[in-house]
Amino acid sequence: MPVLRLGVVSLLAALPLLGQSPRFGVGRAPTPEEVKSWDISIAPDGTGLPEGSGTALQGKDIYASKCSKCHGTQAQGGDDAALVGGKGSLNTPKPMKTVASYWPYATTLWDYTSRAMPFKDPGSLNPNQVYAVVAYVLHLGGIIGESDAMNARTLPAVRMPNRDGFIPDARPDAGRKASKR
Amino acid sequence: MESATSGSSNRRKFLKLGAALTGGLSACKQSAPDAASEEPSRLGKPISAYGERSPYEKAARMLPDTRTPEAASSRTPLQDCYGAITPAPLHFERHHAGVPDIDPARHRLLIHGMVERPLILAMDEIRRLPSATRIHFVECAGNSGSEWGPRTGPTAQAAHGLASCSAWTGVPLSLLLEEVGVKPAASWILAEGADACRMQRSIPLKKAMADVLVAYGQNGEAVRPGQGYPLRLVVPGWEGNLQVKWLRRIKVFDQPHMTRDETSKYTDLMADGKARQFTFEMEAKSVITFPSGGQRLAGRGAYEIGGLAWSGRGRIERVEVSTDAGATWRNAALEEPRLRMAFTRFRVPWSWDGSEVTLVSRAIDETGYVQPSREDLIAARGRNSQYHCNCLTAWKVMADGSVGNAGA
Repeated sequence: MPVLRLGVVSLLAALPLLGQSPRFGVGRAPTPEEVKSWDISIAPDGTGLPEGSGTALQGKDIYASKCSKCHGTQAQGGDDAALVGGKGSLNTPKPMKTVASYWPYATTLWDYTSRAMPFKDPGSLNPNQVYAVVAYVLHLGGIIGESDAMNARTLPAVRMPNRDGFIPDARPDAGRKASKR
Repeated sequence: MESATSGSSNRRKFLKLGAALTGGLSACKQSAPDAASEEPSRLGKPISAYGERSPYEKAARMLPDTRTPEAASSRTPLQDCYGAITPAPLHFERHHAGVPDIDPARHRLLIHGMVERPLILAMDEIRRLPSATRIHFVECAGNSGSEWGPRTGPTAQAAHGLASCSAWTGVPLSLLLEEVGVKPAASWILAEGADACRMQRSIPLKKAMADVLVAYGQNGEAVRPGQGYPLRLVVPGWEGNLQVKWLRRIKVFDQPHMTRDETSKYTDLMADGKARQFTFEMEAKSVITFPSGGQRLAGRGAYEIGGLAWSGRGRIERVEVSTDAGATWRNAALEEPRLRMAFTRFRVPWSWDGSEVTLVSRAIDETGYVQPSREDLIAARGRNSQYHCNCLTAWKVMADGSVGNAGA
Protein backbone atom coordinates (compact mmCIF):
# COMPACT_ATOMS: atom_id res chain seq x y z
CA MET A 1 0.00 0.00 0.00
CA PRO A 2 2.75 2.54 0.82
CA VAL A 3 4.44 1.67 -2.47
CA LEU A 4 1.21 2.20 -4.37
CA ARG A 5 0.60 5.55 -2.69
CA LEU A 6 4.09 6.76 -3.53
CA GLY A 7 3.51 5.74 -7.13
CA VAL A 8 0.32 7.78 -7.37
CA VAL A 9 1.97 10.83 -5.85
CA SER A 10 4.89 10.66 -8.28
CA LEU A 11 2.56 10.26 -11.22
CA LEU A 12 0.52 13.30 -10.23
CA ALA A 13 3.63 15.37 -9.63
CA ALA A 14 4.78 14.53 -13.13
CA LEU A 15 1.45 15.46 -14.69
CA PRO A 16 0.42 18.91 -13.45
CA LEU A 17 -2.80 18.81 -15.46
CA LEU A 18 -3.98 15.97 -13.28
CA GLY A 19 -2.96 17.78 -10.10
CA GLN A 20 -6.53 18.87 -9.46
CA SER A 21 -7.46 15.90 -7.31
CA PRO A 22 -6.46 15.89 -3.64
CA ARG A 23 -3.12 14.24 -3.02
CA PHE A 24 -2.84 14.38 0.73
CA GLY A 25 -6.34 14.31 2.12
CA VAL A 26 -5.46 16.26 5.26
CA GLY A 27 -7.89 18.72 6.79
CA ARG A 28 -11.64 18.59 6.48
CA ALA A 29 -14.37 20.13 4.37
CA PRO A 30 -16.02 23.15 6.02
CA THR A 31 -19.79 23.21 6.34
CA PRO A 32 -21.59 25.88 4.27
CA GLU A 33 -22.44 27.62 7.56
CA GLU A 34 -18.77 27.76 8.52
CA VAL A 35 -17.83 29.29 5.19
CA LYS A 36 -20.63 31.80 5.51
CA SER A 37 -19.58 32.90 8.98
CA TRP A 38 -15.90 33.19 8.02
CA ASP A 39 -16.35 34.86 4.65
CA ILE A 40 -16.53 38.58 5.31
CA SER A 41 -15.02 39.62 1.98
CA ILE A 42 -16.75 42.26 -0.09
CA ALA A 43 -16.02 42.47 -3.82
CA PRO A 44 -16.41 45.65 -5.89
CA ASP A 45 -19.42 44.13 -7.70
CA GLY A 46 -21.13 43.82 -4.31
CA THR A 47 -20.50 40.10 -3.80
CA GLY A 48 -20.59 39.51 -0.05
CA LEU A 49 -22.55 42.61 0.98
CA PRO A 50 -25.08 41.57 3.62
CA GLU A 51 -28.73 42.44 4.06
CA GLY A 52 -29.37 45.80 5.64
CA SER A 53 -29.70 49.44 4.73
CA GLY A 54 -28.89 52.94 5.91
CA THR A 55 -29.02 56.60 4.93
CA ALA A 56 -26.79 59.57 5.71
CA LEU A 57 -29.49 60.92 8.02
CA GLN A 58 -29.35 57.67 9.98
CA GLY A 59 -25.56 57.63 9.93
CA LYS A 60 -25.00 61.12 11.33
CA ASP A 61 -25.21 60.15 15.00
CA ILE A 62 -23.17 56.98 14.52
CA TYR A 63 -20.48 59.02 12.83
CA ALA A 64 -20.52 61.59 15.64
CA SER A 65 -20.08 58.96 18.35
CA LYS A 66 -17.78 56.47 16.58
CA CYS A 67 -15.78 58.35 13.96
CA SER A 68 -15.60 62.10 14.49
CA LYS A 69 -13.00 62.02 17.27
CA CYS A 70 -10.29 60.84 14.83
CA HIS A 71 -11.64 61.91 11.44
CA GLY A 72 -13.16 65.30 12.37
CA THR A 73 -16.76 66.36 12.84
CA GLN A 74 -17.27 66.86 9.10
CA ALA A 75 -14.84 64.07 8.06
CA GLN A 76 -12.34 66.78 7.23
CA GLY A 77 -9.61 64.95 9.14
CA GLY A 78 -8.13 65.31 12.61
CA ASP A 79 -5.73 62.99 14.37
CA ASP A 80 -6.39 60.62 11.49
CA ALA A 81 -7.11 60.82 7.80
CA ALA A 82 -9.56 63.19 6.16
CA LEU A 83 -12.35 61.23 4.49
CA VAL A 84 -13.65 64.03 2.28
CA GLY A 85 -12.16 67.01 0.45
CA GLY A 86 -9.16 67.04 -1.81
CA LYS A 87 -11.03 66.99 -5.10
CA GLY A 88 -8.80 68.35 -7.84
CA SER A 89 -5.69 67.98 -5.67
CA LEU A 90 -4.28 64.71 -7.02
CA ASN A 91 -2.10 66.33 -9.69
CA THR A 92 -0.84 69.13 -7.45
CA PRO A 93 2.22 69.25 -5.18
CA LYS A 94 -0.07 68.57 -2.19
CA PRO A 95 -2.35 65.71 -3.16
CA MET A 96 -5.09 64.88 -0.67
CA LYS A 97 -6.14 61.25 -1.01
CA THR A 98 -9.57 60.94 0.61
CA VAL A 99 -12.54 58.62 0.14
CA ALA A 100 -14.17 61.37 -1.92
CA SER A 101 -11.13 62.35 -3.98
CA TYR A 102 -9.29 59.05 -4.39
CA TRP A 103 -11.12 55.83 -3.47
CA PRO A 104 -12.39 54.10 -6.63
CA TYR A 105 -15.12 51.91 -5.06
CA ALA A 106 -17.76 52.61 -2.41
CA THR A 107 -17.71 48.90 -1.53
CA THR A 108 -14.16 49.37 -0.23
CA LEU A 109 -15.41 51.90 2.31
CA TRP A 110 -18.11 49.49 3.48
CA ASP A 111 -15.62 46.61 3.77
CA TYR A 112 -12.96 48.60 5.58
CA THR A 113 -15.42 50.26 7.95
CA SER A 114 -17.02 46.93 8.74
CA ARG A 115 -13.88 44.95 9.54
CA ALA A 116 -11.35 47.56 10.66
CA MET A 117 -13.24 50.49 12.19
CA PRO A 118 -13.53 52.04 14.71
CA PHE A 119 -9.79 51.62 15.21
CA LYS A 120 -10.04 50.61 18.87
CA ASP A 121 -13.12 48.41 18.42
CA PRO A 122 -12.91 46.95 14.91
CA GLY A 123 -15.83 44.87 13.69
CA SER A 124 -18.21 46.28 16.29
CA LEU A 125 -20.69 47.97 13.93
CA ASN A 126 -23.64 45.94 12.63
CA PRO A 127 -24.48 45.96 8.89
CA ASN A 128 -27.22 48.60 9.23
CA GLN A 129 -24.82 50.87 11.11
CA VAL A 130 -22.11 50.36 8.49
CA TYR A 131 -24.50 51.15 5.63
CA ALA A 132 -25.64 54.28 7.47
CA VAL A 133 -22.21 55.62 8.37
CA VAL A 134 -20.89 54.86 4.88
CA ALA A 135 -23.87 56.76 3.47
CA TYR A 136 -23.04 59.68 5.77
CA VAL A 137 -19.41 59.84 4.63
CA LEU A 138 -20.43 59.56 0.96
CA HIS A 139 -22.94 62.34 1.55
CA LEU A 140 -20.36 64.57 3.24
CA GLY A 141 -18.20 63.95 0.17
CA GLY A 142 -20.98 65.22 -2.07
CA ILE A 143 -21.38 61.83 -3.73
CA ILE A 144 -24.92 60.84 -2.65
CA GLY A 145 -27.94 62.61 -1.19
CA GLU A 146 -28.73 62.55 2.52
CA SER A 147 -31.82 60.40 2.01
CA ASP A 148 -30.27 57.95 -0.46
CA ALA A 149 -30.50 54.47 1.04
CA MET A 150 -27.33 52.40 0.80
CA ASN A 151 -27.80 48.65 0.61
CA ALA A 152 -26.35 45.62 -1.16
CA ARG A 153 -27.89 46.76 -4.45
CA THR A 154 -27.32 50.54 -4.37
CA LEU A 155 -23.83 50.71 -2.82
CA PRO A 156 -21.94 48.93 -5.66
CA ALA A 157 -23.75 51.21 -8.14
CA VAL A 158 -22.37 54.39 -6.54
CA ARG A 159 -20.07 56.05 -9.03
CA MET A 160 -17.00 57.23 -7.11
CA PRO A 161 -15.41 60.44 -8.51
CA ASN A 162 -11.98 58.84 -9.00
CA ARG A 163 -13.27 55.54 -10.38
CA ASP A 164 -11.18 55.94 -13.54
CA GLY A 165 -8.13 57.30 -11.75
CA PHE A 166 -6.14 54.08 -11.66
CA ILE A 167 -3.74 52.68 -14.24
CA PRO A 168 -1.64 49.50 -14.44
CA ASP A 169 1.91 49.20 -13.16
CA ALA A 170 4.26 50.60 -15.80
CA ARG A 171 7.54 49.62 -14.19
CA PRO A 172 10.37 49.20 -14.85
CA ASP A 173 10.24 52.87 -15.75
CA ALA A 174 13.41 54.41 -14.37
CA GLY A 175 16.09 51.72 -14.09
CA ARG A 176 17.99 51.54 -17.34
CA LYS A 177 19.30 48.24 -18.63
CA ALA A 178 22.89 47.56 -17.74
CA SER A 179 25.48 46.80 -20.36
CA LYS A 180 26.88 43.31 -19.75
CA ARG A 181 30.32 43.30 -18.23
CA MET B 1 52.45 33.92 35.96
CA GLU B 2 54.42 33.34 32.82
CA SER B 3 51.31 33.24 30.64
CA ALA B 4 49.97 36.43 32.21
CA THR B 5 53.24 38.25 31.36
CA SER B 6 53.31 37.05 27.78
CA GLY B 7 49.62 37.88 27.41
CA SER B 8 50.29 41.44 28.50
CA SER B 9 53.17 41.67 26.07
CA ASN B 10 51.02 40.33 23.26
CA ARG B 11 48.40 42.87 24.07
CA ARG B 12 50.90 45.73 23.71
CA LYS B 13 51.95 44.34 20.34
CA PHE B 14 48.34 44.03 19.29
CA LEU B 15 47.59 47.61 20.26
CA LYS B 16 50.61 48.87 18.28
CA LEU B 17 49.59 46.83 15.26
CA GLY B 18 46.01 48.00 15.58
CA ALA B 19 47.03 51.65 15.77
CA ALA B 20 49.26 51.28 12.74
CA LEU B 21 46.57 49.56 10.71
CA THR B 22 43.59 51.71 11.47
CA GLY B 23 45.01 55.05 12.49
CA GLY B 24 43.11 54.86 15.74
CA LEU B 25 39.91 53.25 14.47
CA SER B 26 39.90 50.76 17.34
CA ALA B 27 36.54 50.69 19.03
CA CYS B 28 38.17 49.62 22.32
CA LYS B 29 37.72 52.16 25.05
CA GLN B 30 41.13 53.16 26.42
CA SER B 31 39.77 53.14 29.97
CA ALA B 32 38.31 49.62 29.80
CA PRO B 33 40.76 46.96 31.03
CA ASP B 34 41.43 44.14 28.59
CA ALA B 35 39.43 41.12 29.79
CA ALA B 36 42.09 38.74 28.49
CA SER B 37 44.58 40.04 31.06
CA GLU B 38 42.29 39.24 34.00
CA GLU B 39 42.57 35.98 35.94
CA PRO B 40 39.54 33.73 35.55
CA SER B 41 37.95 33.88 38.97
CA ARG B 42 34.42 32.52 39.03
CA LEU B 43 32.08 30.25 37.19
CA GLY B 44 29.87 31.67 34.51
CA LYS B 45 26.16 31.21 34.04
CA PRO B 46 24.67 27.72 33.67
CA ILE B 47 23.08 26.29 30.56
CA SER B 48 19.67 27.68 29.73
CA ALA B 49 16.55 26.58 27.87
CA TYR B 50 16.29 29.54 25.52
CA GLY B 51 19.22 31.77 24.73
CA GLU B 52 19.47 35.49 25.16
CA ARG B 53 21.89 37.86 23.52
CA SER B 54 24.77 39.39 25.43
CA PRO B 55 23.74 42.30 27.64
CA TYR B 56 26.47 44.28 25.88
CA GLU B 57 24.61 44.11 22.57
CA LYS B 58 22.16 46.95 22.05
CA ALA B 59 20.98 46.68 18.44
CA ALA B 60 17.27 47.50 18.43
CA ARG B 61 14.37 48.26 16.16
CA MET B 62 13.56 51.95 15.80
CA LEU B 63 10.10 52.92 17.02
CA PRO B 64 8.14 55.94 15.84
CA ASP B 65 6.57 58.48 18.17
CA THR B 66 2.89 57.67 17.64
CA ARG B 67 -0.50 57.67 19.33
CA THR B 68 -1.29 54.34 17.72
CA PRO B 69 1.62 51.90 18.12
CA GLU B 70 -0.77 49.08 17.12
CA ALA B 71 -0.93 50.55 13.63
CA ALA B 72 2.66 51.55 13.08
CA SER B 73 6.02 50.26 11.91
CA SER B 74 9.34 49.49 13.58
CA ARG B 75 12.56 49.50 11.58
CA THR B 76 15.43 47.02 11.34
CA PRO B 77 18.89 48.34 12.34
CA LEU B 78 20.46 47.33 9.01
CA GLN B 79 23.71 49.02 10.03
CA ASP B 80 24.02 46.74 13.08
CA CYS B 81 23.27 43.40 11.38
CA TYR B 82 25.76 40.88 9.98
CA GLY B 83 25.40 38.65 6.94
CA ALA B 84 22.17 38.41 4.99
CA ILE B 85 19.79 37.04 7.62
CA THR B 86 17.95 39.45 9.90
CA PRO B 87 17.55 38.14 13.46
CA ALA B 88 13.82 37.56 13.98
CA PRO B 89 13.64 39.92 17.00
CA LEU B 90 15.03 42.69 14.76
CA HIS B 91 12.80 41.97 11.74
CA PHE B 92 10.85 45.12 10.92
CA GLU B 93 7.16 45.22 11.83
CA ARG B 94 4.16 46.84 10.27
CA HIS B 95 0.91 46.12 12.02
CA HIS B 96 -2.54 47.53 11.24
CA ALA B 97 -4.42 46.50 14.39
CA GLY B 98 -1.81 45.19 16.77
CA VAL B 99 -0.28 41.74 17.24
CA PRO B 100 -2.96 39.14 18.01
CA ASP B 101 -2.39 36.47 20.64
CA ILE B 102 -3.10 33.23 18.78
CA ASP B 103 -3.14 29.72 20.25
CA PRO B 104 -1.80 27.51 17.43
CA ALA B 105 -3.90 24.58 18.67
CA ARG B 106 -7.01 26.61 17.84
CA HIS B 107 -5.80 28.33 14.69
CA ARG B 108 -7.36 27.25 11.38
CA LEU B 109 -6.80 28.11 7.74
CA LEU B 110 -9.89 28.12 5.51
CA ILE B 111 -9.43 27.86 1.75
CA HIS B 112 -12.63 28.39 -0.21
CA GLY B 113 -14.27 30.30 -3.05
CA MET B 114 -13.82 29.12 -6.62
CA VAL B 115 -12.45 25.72 -5.66
CA GLU B 116 -13.65 22.14 -6.06
CA ARG B 117 -13.14 21.17 -2.42
CA PRO B 118 -13.08 23.90 0.24
CA LEU B 119 -10.79 22.96 3.09
CA ILE B 120 -10.18 23.76 6.74
CA LEU B 121 -6.68 22.99 7.94
CA ALA B 122 -5.34 22.94 11.49
CA MET B 123 -1.72 23.87 12.16
CA ASP B 124 -0.66 20.27 12.83
CA GLU B 125 -2.25 19.26 9.53
CA ILE B 126 -0.41 21.99 7.66
CA ARG B 127 2.86 20.79 9.18
CA ARG B 128 2.20 17.26 7.83
CA LEU B 129 2.44 18.54 4.26
CA PRO B 130 5.68 18.69 2.25
CA SER B 131 7.60 21.78 3.36
CA ALA B 132 10.26 24.03 1.90
CA THR B 133 12.68 26.52 3.44
CA ARG B 134 13.53 29.57 1.38
CA ILE B 135 15.50 32.71 2.13
CA HIS B 136 13.65 35.85 1.09
CA PHE B 137 13.56 39.50 2.00
CA VAL B 138 10.33 41.15 3.06
CA GLU B 139 10.18 44.88 2.31
CA CYS B 140 7.40 47.35 2.99
CA ALA B 141 6.27 49.26 -0.10
CA GLY B 142 6.83 52.43 1.92
CA ASN B 143 10.45 51.61 2.68
CA SER B 144 12.91 54.36 1.69
CA GLY B 145 9.94 56.71 1.20
CA SER B 146 11.97 59.43 2.91
CA GLU B 147 14.41 59.31 -0.01
CA TRP B 148 11.91 61.02 -2.32
CA GLY B 149 13.04 64.05 -0.27
CA PRO B 150 13.31 66.72 0.77
CA ARG B 151 13.91 65.42 4.33
CA THR B 152 15.82 62.18 3.77
CA GLY B 153 16.51 59.50 6.39
CA PRO B 154 19.48 60.31 8.62
CA THR B 155 20.53 56.65 9.10
CA ALA B 156 20.35 53.40 7.15
CA GLN B 157 17.77 52.23 9.68
CA ALA B 158 15.59 55.33 9.41
CA ALA B 159 15.76 55.44 5.62
CA HIS B 160 15.73 51.74 4.68
CA GLY B 161 14.85 49.74 7.81
CA LEU B 162 11.46 48.54 6.57
CA ALA B 163 13.26 45.62 4.96
CA SER B 164 14.49 42.39 6.53
CA CYS B 165 15.50 38.94 5.33
CA SER B 166 14.70 35.54 6.84
CA ALA B 167 14.80 31.84 6.10
CA TRP B 168 11.10 31.00 5.87
CA THR B 169 9.77 27.46 6.29
CA GLY B 170 6.33 26.39 5.20
CA VAL B 171 4.12 24.80 2.59
CA PRO B 172 4.08 26.07 -0.98
CA LEU B 173 0.71 27.74 -1.54
CA SER B 174 0.52 25.99 -4.94
CA LEU B 175 0.35 22.67 -3.12
CA LEU B 176 -2.63 23.82 -1.03
CA LEU B 177 -4.37 25.28 -4.08
CA GLU B 178 -3.88 22.03 -5.99
CA GLU B 179 -5.27 20.18 -3.00
CA VAL B 180 -8.51 22.20 -3.07
CA GLY B 181 -8.72 22.22 -6.88
CA VAL B 182 -8.89 25.74 -8.33
CA LYS B 183 -11.72 26.23 -10.83
CA PRO B 184 -10.68 27.36 -14.32
CA ALA B 185 -12.41 30.76 -14.11
CA ALA B 186 -10.38 31.82 -11.04
CA SER B 187 -7.67 34.47 -11.44
CA TRP B 188 -7.03 36.01 -8.01
CA ILE B 189 -6.90 35.01 -4.37
CA LEU B 190 -7.84 37.10 -1.35
CA ALA B 191 -5.70 36.50 1.75
CA GLU B 192 -7.01 37.47 5.19
CA GLY B 193 -5.28 37.79 8.54
CA ALA B 194 -6.61 36.97 12.00
CA ASP B 195 -5.63 40.35 13.41
CA ALA B 196 -8.37 42.58 14.79
CA CYS B 197 -8.86 44.41 11.46
CA ARG B 198 -8.86 41.19 9.41
CA MET B 199 -6.21 42.62 7.12
CA GLN B 200 -6.91 41.63 3.49
CA ARG B 201 -5.03 41.73 0.20
CA SER B 202 -5.72 40.36 -3.27
CA ILE B 203 -2.92 38.47 -5.03
CA PRO B 204 -2.92 37.27 -8.65
CA LEU B 205 -3.44 33.51 -8.85
CA LYS B 206 -0.44 33.25 -11.16
CA LYS B 207 1.88 34.51 -8.41
CA ALA B 208 0.11 32.39 -5.80
CA MET B 209 0.86 29.30 -7.88
CA ALA B 210 4.43 30.36 -8.69
CA ASP B 211 6.41 30.75 -5.48
CA VAL B 212 4.27 31.90 -2.54
CA LEU B 213 4.91 30.14 0.75
CA VAL B 214 2.46 29.58 3.62
CA ALA B 215 5.08 29.90 6.34
CA TYR B 216 5.16 28.74 9.94
CA GLY B 217 8.93 28.87 10.41
CA GLN B 218 11.37 31.77 10.50
CA ASN B 219 15.11 31.33 10.91
CA GLY B 220 14.74 27.84 12.34
CA GLU B 221 11.98 28.46 14.88
CA ALA B 222 8.31 29.33 14.79
CA VAL B 223 7.44 32.60 13.09
CA ARG B 224 7.47 35.35 15.74
CA PRO B 225 4.11 36.83 16.81
CA GLY B 226 5.07 40.17 15.28
CA GLN B 227 5.78 38.37 12.01
CA GLY B 228 2.49 36.49 11.85
CA TYR B 229 2.54 33.58 14.30
CA PRO B 230 1.47 30.91 13.73
CA LEU B 231 1.01 31.26 9.95
CA ARG B 232 1.74 33.88 7.32
CA LEU B 233 2.20 34.36 3.61
CA VAL B 234 5.63 34.96 2.12
CA VAL B 235 5.28 36.45 -1.35
CA PRO B 236 8.85 36.55 -2.69
CA GLY B 237 10.00 39.89 -4.04
CA TRP B 238 6.62 41.59 -3.74
CA GLU B 239 5.66 44.38 -1.36
CA GLY B 240 5.39 43.46 2.30
CA ASN B 241 1.74 44.41 2.69
CA LEU B 242 0.73 41.43 0.52
CA GLN B 243 2.49 38.98 2.79
CA VAL B 244 -0.49 38.63 5.08
CA LYS B 245 0.38 37.72 8.67
CA TRP B 246 -1.74 35.59 11.02
CA LEU B 247 -3.18 33.98 7.88
CA ARG B 248 -6.65 32.56 8.52
CA ARG B 249 -8.43 32.53 5.17
CA ILE B 250 -7.78 32.32 1.46
CA LYS B 251 -10.64 32.93 -0.95
CA VAL B 252 -10.10 31.98 -4.58
CA PHE B 253 -11.90 34.44 -6.82
CA ASP B 254 -12.17 35.82 -10.36
CA GLN B 255 -11.33 39.46 -9.56
CA PRO B 256 -9.38 41.52 -7.05
CA HIS B 257 -11.46 42.60 -4.06
CA MET B 258 -10.24 46.21 -4.22
CA THR B 259 -9.56 46.31 -0.49
CA ARG B 260 -8.50 49.51 1.18
CA ASP B 261 -4.83 48.46 1.11
CA GLU B 262 -4.87 47.98 -2.68
CA THR B 263 -6.82 51.12 -3.56
CA SER B 264 -6.48 53.97 -1.08
CA LYS B 265 -3.06 52.72 0.12
CA TYR B 266 -0.16 51.06 -1.71
CA THR B 267 -1.12 52.71 -4.99
CA ASP B 268 1.40 55.04 -6.59
CA LEU B 269 0.15 58.51 -7.50
CA MET B 270 1.77 59.92 -10.65
CA ALA B 271 2.32 63.59 -11.45
CA ASP B 272 -0.76 63.73 -13.71
CA GLY B 273 -3.05 62.61 -10.88
CA LYS B 274 -3.48 59.04 -12.11
CA ALA B 275 -2.39 56.30 -9.73
CA ARG B 276 -0.66 53.06 -10.59
CA GLN B 277 -2.38 50.11 -8.99
CA PHE B 278 -1.12 46.59 -8.21
CA THR B 279 2.48 47.74 -8.16
CA PHE B 280 3.66 44.56 -6.53
CA GLU B 281 7.37 44.12 -7.28
CA MET B 282 10.04 45.68 -5.12
CA GLU B 283 12.70 46.84 -7.54
CA ALA B 284 16.46 46.46 -7.10
CA LYS B 285 17.93 48.45 -4.24
CA SER B 286 21.22 48.73 -2.39
CA VAL B 287 22.34 50.61 0.69
CA ILE B 288 25.77 51.06 2.20
CA THR B 289 25.48 50.11 5.87
CA PHE B 290 29.09 51.02 6.71
CA PRO B 291 29.95 53.82 6.70
CA SER B 292 26.38 55.07 6.90
CA GLY B 293 24.47 57.97 8.41
CA GLY B 294 24.94 58.46 12.14
CA GLN B 295 28.27 56.61 12.23
CA ARG B 296 31.67 58.23 12.66
CA LEU B 297 35.05 57.26 11.27
CA ALA B 298 37.76 57.48 13.90
CA GLY B 299 40.44 58.65 11.49
CA ARG B 300 41.96 58.28 8.05
CA GLY B 301 43.13 54.89 6.83
CA ALA B 302 41.80 51.49 5.82
CA TYR B 303 38.13 50.58 6.00
CA GLU B 304 35.80 48.17 4.30
CA ILE B 305 32.70 49.69 2.76
CA GLY B 306 29.89 47.20 3.21
CA GLY B 307 26.20 47.01 2.52
CA LEU B 308 23.13 45.12 1.39
CA ALA B 309 21.50 44.75 -2.01
CA TRP B 310 18.31 42.99 -3.08
CA SER B 311 15.82 42.79 -5.93
CA GLY B 312 12.22 41.66 -6.16
CA ARG B 313 12.89 40.47 -9.69
CA GLY B 314 15.57 37.94 -8.89
CA ARG B 315 19.26 37.66 -8.09
CA ILE B 316 21.65 40.53 -7.53
CA GLU B 317 24.06 40.44 -10.46
CA ARG B 318 26.42 43.24 -9.51
CA VAL B 319 26.81 46.09 -7.05
CA GLU B 320 28.89 49.11 -7.94
CA VAL B 321 30.31 51.49 -5.37
CA SER B 322 31.46 55.04 -5.90
CA THR B 323 33.61 57.00 -3.46
CA ASP B 324 33.40 60.20 -5.52
CA ALA B 325 29.67 60.94 -5.59
CA GLY B 326 29.04 58.79 -8.65
CA ALA B 327 31.81 60.12 -10.94
CA THR B 328 33.53 56.72 -11.07
CA TRP B 329 32.35 53.27 -10.00
CA ARG B 330 33.96 49.97 -9.15
CA ASN B 331 32.49 46.53 -8.66
CA ALA B 332 31.99 45.35 -5.10
CA ALA B 333 32.63 41.77 -4.02
CA LEU B 334 29.35 39.91 -3.50
CA GLU B 335 28.96 37.40 -0.71
CA GLU B 336 27.60 33.97 -1.65
CA PRO B 337 25.09 32.53 -1.87
CA ARG B 338 23.40 35.11 -4.05
CA LEU B 339 19.80 34.02 -3.81
CA ARG B 340 16.82 35.28 -5.75
CA MET B 341 14.71 37.84 -3.86
CA ALA B 342 17.08 37.77 -0.89
CA PHE B 343 19.55 40.14 0.76
CA THR B 344 23.04 39.98 -0.75
CA ARG B 345 26.05 41.42 1.09
CA PHE B 346 28.56 43.51 -0.82
CA ARG B 347 31.99 44.74 0.22
CA VAL B 348 34.69 46.94 -1.20
CA PRO B 349 38.00 47.90 0.43
CA TRP B 350 38.62 51.62 0.82
CA SER B 351 41.16 53.96 2.26
CA TRP B 352 39.90 57.24 3.59
CA ASP B 353 42.26 60.17 3.12
CA GLY B 354 40.42 62.32 5.64
CA SER B 355 38.73 64.58 3.11
CA GLU B 356 35.01 65.12 2.57
CA VAL B 357 33.70 62.31 0.34
CA THR B 358 30.36 61.00 -0.88
CA LEU B 359 29.79 57.24 -0.96
CA VAL B 360 27.13 55.71 -3.21
CA SER B 361 26.15 52.15 -4.10
CA ARG B 362 24.19 50.95 -7.14
CA ALA B 363 22.58 47.53 -7.56
CA ILE B 364 22.12 45.70 -10.87
CA ASP B 365 19.88 42.63 -10.85
CA GLU B 366 19.77 39.57 -13.08
CA THR B 367 17.27 41.22 -15.43
CA GLY B 368 19.83 43.93 -16.17
CA TYR B 369 17.85 46.55 -14.27
CA VAL B 370 20.05 49.27 -12.77
CA GLN B 371 19.02 50.99 -9.53
CA PRO B 372 18.11 54.54 -10.61
CA SER B 373 19.09 57.94 -9.24
CA ARG B 374 16.51 59.98 -7.39
CA GLU B 375 16.39 62.40 -10.31
CA ASP B 376 15.57 59.56 -12.74
CA LEU B 377 12.89 58.22 -10.42
CA ILE B 378 11.27 61.63 -9.98
CA ALA B 379 11.44 62.26 -13.74
CA ALA B 380 9.50 59.03 -14.30
CA ARG B 381 6.98 59.29 -11.46
CA GLY B 382 6.86 62.80 -10.08
CA ARG B 383 7.08 63.50 -6.37
CA ASN B 384 3.74 62.18 -5.12
CA SER B 385 4.06 58.45 -5.58
CA GLN B 386 5.13 57.85 -1.96
CA TYR B 387 5.72 54.09 -2.31
CA HIS B 388 8.34 51.96 -4.06
CA CYS B 389 11.24 54.37 -3.78
CA ASN B 390 14.43 52.50 -4.71
CA CYS B 391 16.73 55.34 -5.66
CA LEU B 392 20.44 55.49 -4.90
CA THR B 393 21.40 56.51 -1.38
CA ALA B 394 24.52 58.61 -0.96
CA TRP B 395 26.27 59.02 2.39
CA LYS B 396 28.52 62.02 2.93
CA VAL B 397 31.60 61.55 5.08
CA MET B 398 32.66 64.86 6.59
CA ALA B 399 36.26 65.78 7.36
CA ASP B 400 35.63 65.11 11.05
CA GLY B 401 34.60 61.53 10.21
CA SER B 402 30.89 62.03 10.81
CA VAL B 403 28.53 60.53 8.23
CA GLY B 404 25.18 61.87 7.05
CA ASN B 405 22.69 61.45 4.22
CA ALA B 406 24.08 63.34 1.22
CA GLY B 407 20.55 63.75 -0.10
CA ALA B 408 19.50 65.70 2.98
